[in-house]
Amino acid sequence: MSFDVPEDKRYLESHEWTSTDDETVRVGITDFAQDELGDVVFVELPSVGDTVTAGETFGVVESIKAVSDLYSPVTGEVVAVNEALFDEPELVNDDPFGDGWMLEVDADDPTGHDALLSPDAYAAQIE
Amino acid sequence: MIVAFVSRGPDCCSSATGMKKGYTLGRDDMDMSRMPPLHTVHDDRGAKFTDFGGWEMPVSFDSIREEHAAVRERAGIFDVSHMSEIDVTGPDAIELTQRLTTNDVTRLEPGNSQYACITTDKGIILDDTIVYRLADRDGEPLVRFVPNAGHDQQMYDRWVDHRDEWGLDATVENVTDEWAMFAVQGPEAEGLMTEAADSAAADLSWTEFESFEIAGVRCLVSRTGYTGEDGFEVLCPASDAEPVWSALDCQPCGLGARDTLRTEMGYLLSGQDFDPDEEPRTPLEAKIEFTVALDTDFVGRDAIAAQKDAGVDERFTGLMLEERGVPRHGYEVTDTDGEPIGHLTSGTMSPTLSEPIGLGYLNAGVEAGETVHVRVRGEPKEATVTTPPFITD
Repeated sequence: MSFDVPEDKRYLESHEWTSTDDETVRVGITDFAQDELGDVVFVELPSVGDTVTAGETFGVVESIKAVSDLYSPVTGEVVAVNEALFDEPELVNDDPFGDGWMLEVDADDPTGHDALLSPDAYAAQIE
Repeated sequence: MIVAFVSRGPDCCSSATGMKKGYTLGRDDMDMSRMPPLHTVHDDRGAKFTDFGGWEMPVSFDSIREEHAAVRERAGIFDVSHMSEIDVTGPDAIELTQRLTTNDVTRLEPGNSQYACITTDKGIILDDTIVYRLADRDGEPLVRFVPNAGHDQQMYDRWVDHRDEWGLDATVENVTDEWAMFAVQGPEAEGLMTEAADSAAADLSWTEFESFEIAGVRCLVSRTGYTGEDGFEVLCPASDAEPVWSALDCQPCGLGARDTLRTEMGYLLSGQDFDPDEEPRTPLEAKIEFTVALDTDFVGRDAIAAQKDAGVDERFTGLMLEERGVPRHGYEVTDTDGEPIGHLTSGTMSPTLSEPIGLGYLNAGVEAGETVHVRVRGEPKEATVTTPPFITD
């Protein structure tokens, strides 16, 4: 089984992805992660204005069979939350890199994003 | 993201698992796992596996939601070959089993089965089981009972030790590895079985069983199940499992869907909703008094009779969360003032209702319809006490 690992994203070993437009960093979980979890039924996320810290938990995702912490790739202030996931958590399964995104963060150190795993490095990890 | 599978004990989704390279869905002793006869067949079909009671079993084939819906609306087939089988035969086979199970084995005619508990002398449930009264073998009664996964050696020893202690004449055999077991469940199960077995499956009433030939293989087919739907459970020789599985052609389902289906019905999961070490419970507390025949003499009988007179302090019931969240094993339940009144032993998002449901033990005074709080990661969430099953016809 092979999983999508888009070239335009960076990755954490713990299966979160990030993308950036140089203003903010968007965060979600990977195709591999959603497949491991199975049917996602609940997502708990911080509120706009909250601060998240690189390497620390920012929320929880639950599938029918599993509960999993979410780890922030960056430090900064939350500027947007994907509230659609509260009513349609299955978006995480259907489109993990698109409509299933979770947070947008105004990162304190925007270059921190570049230090994360490259697509190749992450793809090797989940091989 | 670090996945912690939420149930504990010998259960479909046990153990904490880091999803790193080389991750395993299951315990570190996976190398020691027992395999169902069709492990390779399931692997080729794309199943995901997990450890369950020391067996490496399919947890899902497609998605739990799809498999669950297939069973509620059409039919699904589960490989439950991890279940144990113990045969007891000889002049005292009935008496030995009568004294080690809570139900009345003497009421069973050949061709019928019953649900029962196996209890300690304190009335604590060690396991729950189905007891089958088979046709006599060599003129002697033959009883087969089916404990849960990984309990076969323990129950074999228990029967042998008590046989010897009581000086009874019975042969006890652990035949777990000789049998594959499948469950075909759902409103279309009867039609499937009738076709596959070329049989009058419809004539079997609930808990009855009969010998049918499926794909040329002699199978023991009982009208039993763990999903709340009509259906059958099939015991067939392990070496002939594949043609039988193939002949019962419907949605393959893993232990994940088995867990959500039984949770919607409020059925107990051994090792999770009761466990002699982690969750010691009597059949009265577990709300399965119908398995207890107090007019028979079995290990644990006096303790259960005394508890029946005194009344239970806590009992097994259900609740539905009224806020966003998912009730899970181990979560504390309080009243609306924050006073502890019990805890949950199972919980999930009900695939049928799309509502969060939980099962657990609450103070006996708590009534259905009452508002309580479930502590989800420390936060109180409102819930309504609901007597299971959560779904009805």
